[in-house]
Parts: sequence; C-alpha cells; structure tokens
Amino acid sequence: MKVPTDRKYSETHEWFLIDDDIVTMGITQYAADELTDITYVELPEVGTSVAAGDQLGEVESVKATSEILTAVGGEVIEVNTALADHPELINDDAFEEGWIVKIRPESTEPLTALLDAKEYRRYVRNAG
Amino acid sequence: MTETALKTPLYETHLAAGARMVEFAGWLMPVQFAGITEEHIHTRTACSVFDVSHMGRLKLTGDDCESFLNRLCTRNLAGAETGRSYYSHMCREDGGILDDLIVSRFESYWGIVCNGVNREKIFAWLIEHSPGTDVTIEDQTLSTAMLAVQGPKTVELAGEIVDVDLCSMKRYRFRVFELLGMPISVYRSGYTGEDGFEVVVPGGFVKLLLPKLLGTKDRPHPVIKPAGLGARDTLRIEAGMPLYGHELTEQWDSLTAGQGWCVDLTKDFVGAEPMRKLQAQGLPRRLVGLQLEGRRIARQHYKVYSGDQEVGEVTSGTLSPTLGKSIAMALIANEHAQEAMRLEIEIGGKRVAAKVVKLPFYQRPK
Repeated sequence: MKVPTDRKYSETHEWFLIDDDIVTMGITQYAADELTDITYVELPEVGTSVAAGDQLGEVESVKATSEILTAVGGEVIEVNTALADHPELINDDAFEEGWIVKIRPESTEPLTALLDAKEYRRYVRNAG
Repeated sequence: MTETALKTPLYETHLAAGARMVEFAGWLMPVQFAGITEEHIHTRTACSVFDVSHMGRLKLTGDDCESFLNRLCTRNLAGAETGRSYYSHMCREDGGILDDLIVSRFESYWGIVCNGVNREKIFAWLIEHSPGTDVTIEDQTLSTAMLAVQGPKTVELAGEIVDVDLCSMKRYRFRVFELLGMPISVYRSGYTGEDGFEVVVPGGFVKLLLPKLLGTKDRPHPVIKPAGLGARDTLRIEAGMPLYGHELTEQWDSLTAGQGWCVDLTKDFVGAEPMRKLQAQGLPRRLVGLQLEGRRIARQHYKVYSGDQEVGEVTSGTLSPTLGKSIAMALIANEHAQEAMRLEIEIGGKRVAAKVVKLPFYQRPK
C-alpha cells in the first residue's frame, strides 16, 4: 500500500500536505481503492472559509458516496478543476494528480494530532 | 468483517487474481478485479465470469413439490415443464416480498436459486409450510458452487469448453450433463441484461472448471475475464432488473415492484389476496426509471420530489457505464410516475433534475 511519508493522515482517510504555509489535501489511495471507480467529485468554491472538521465536498464512485472532511480551518484558495472532467484522477494517483483542494490554514496546529504515514498504515491494517 | 463470513470454494483463487473482497450476504465475495466500469463494459462487449456461489441453492424432492411450490410462488407453476426455469417471487400473507427466485423443474426433483441474503429465511419458510406434504427440502448451497458466464460472446465460446450443444437452448431452459466426469447444470439465464449461462457444479469441482473458462495466470483466456459483484450490480441496474433489499422488500408487493408479469392473480398463492385488492383499487406507487442531469449518483433512500412535494424514494442508482448517464430506479407515487415527467432528487443537500424514463435503461441488441 502506497503511503507517502511527507504528509499527515486522518482516520477518515484524507491526506494533508503542508507546503509553503499552504495545505493541500486529498483522499488516500486506500480510500480511493475502497470506493472503486470514482465518477464525481463535489468541490467547494474557491474563497469558501471552512472550519476544522467541516465537510468540504463529496467523492462519489459507482459503489458509494464519501464525505471529504478537512482537519484544518482556513480559506479554500484553489480546487483541482481537472477532477470535474476526470474524477478518475483520484483512482489513478490519489496522492499527486488527484489532489482535491488547497487551503490557506488559520493554523496548522490541528495537523499535529493526525497520523503519520507509519501510523496510518497500521490504522488501515487494523481497520481492514 | 465478521469472522463467520462464508467463503466460496474460489476465495483463494479470487485473492490470487487480485480481487478486492467485500462481505456480502454473509459471504466474502469479489467486488472487483480490474475495475467495476472496465468489467461492466467487458461484459457488455465480450464475456465475463462471475462467482455467484453466495446465491442460495435448494433442492426439493417428493410427490407434492409442484402443488407445494405453486402455493408459495407468485408464478403459475402448474404444468411446469422439465428442463425449464421460472422466475418467481415468494410473498408473505400480506403480499410483502420475501424473495425473488428461480424455480427449475428437473426430471425427479425441483431446484430453487434464491438470494444469498435470503437463503436461511426462504429455507425456513419452506420448512414451515411443508408439514402434511410429501416435500423434502435440502439446502445444497455449501456443497455446490455457481458461476455466471455472461456477455455477447458467451454462447460462441461455450463450444470451446463443452461438447453439448448449448447454442440451441432457449432462455430459461437448462441442461444437466457431465463435464470431466462431474455433474453440471447449465441454465440459459443471467442477471446482466446479456445473453449467457449460469452454471451449478459440485463445490470442489469449480476450481477445475474456472481455469477451463479463464485460462491460467500465465496463459489467460484472450476473451473471457473475471468480474465482480460491483459490475454485476451496475449491469443489472442498466438492465432494469430488481435487487432484493432495493427494489424488492417485505415492505411492498410484487405488483408495486413492477414485477406483475411473474404474478398470476387467477390462482391461489400466499400473498394473492392483498395483491388482488391492490390491483382492483389501482396501485398507489410504481417502480420507475429515472434519468438524472449531470454525473451525480442517486443512492437508495434518496428522496424524490415534485416541486415541494415528496413523491417517492430511490431504490438503486448508478452512473451507467454504457449510456454515460446517471440513472436510478425509484418507487414513486403513481400520479408522478408517468413517462417523461420531470422530478427532482435530493443529493448532498441539493436538488438534481430527473425525468421518468422507460425501464430497462439498456436492452441488448437482438
């Protein structure tokens, strides 16, 4: 199972990558695999302000619909518009091409409580 | 996953083939191999093999089988012919659907294939109604295995595998013969909207049969590929076929579920009386097809509206791989269930436009 070590993970299977004070987030490859073929991504609007724990949107597959939850509060500054026509990018490459939103966080503090790659790996193994 | 989940004889084979397994109806089953959409399209264009060993397989013997089954089934089975299968429902006294199943008449016994999720319920229902009749019921599910081989290339490929002429066999007919010295029952039926066969064999034999269809890891069959329950679900939705727990439940009857064609109200059967009443009064609700705008998928229990009025709920939905459109089946108040009527479905807090369309969404070219 692919789990990059440069980012943090939530128990609801989102990943968060801090780069230059901006947090990029998406769902993990494990979550994408579990959902199966993704057919639609409901994205928030750029400029939306969100609080930690808020639902940002939804990921839909032929099998199920899953909420996208943010662990950080702040402002949505960019969304991955490529997902509108190519939601399967998340299946193909959940950690890079399949990123979902970028947030300018009020604070990155909430991320410290999240799982690191090793912990997430163990979490998934136990959940499975 | 519960620790008691059952495994089909092909469990290890599926894992080795890279299947993603899920628990379904108390069984660990492959939900996908290469991917649901890919397997769906392959089934519509070529040939796929599905392990459907979770389906319940019951054997009924005794002199009273015909009258016994005719009393419990919505379909008229009086004079059922040997070698034929009959799609039917079994209902409660109040008409609520207990299960949909296929009843087959063999030379000296009868067979039932019911839903995996209802196997124990149907077995108990049969036992409960059997006292005073010459009927013996045996659950053969765990000692047998079942494959569905589906797709437009299935019939021509069958000749590669068996000597018996299956080509001339009509739909809902079956044959019993020997393959590699083992008994095999082959039915011309399926749950995908494609032509094909469903096959029942002794449980231990299916591991030998599967490579005859799919080839081996080093030399996979060029056309026949494995498919999982995910594709089976999207295929049956396109084909407008009901699924127990979705379009069919104990909460409503076979007529409401749009399956009146398998109900004979001129005969007596358990559940007939309330259905006769409904028929006379006119059905208040109907199962319809809906085509949605956009790509969002309507799932079971999503509410359907006409303006501000809630008029029904979704039973199943998917993004149709064949049509490229979001489709759903829904149980709708009759006055809003006419073809081309405009409705709305609430998805993720928003209203999505939908129109009532004819079922099935997909019909294979003849």
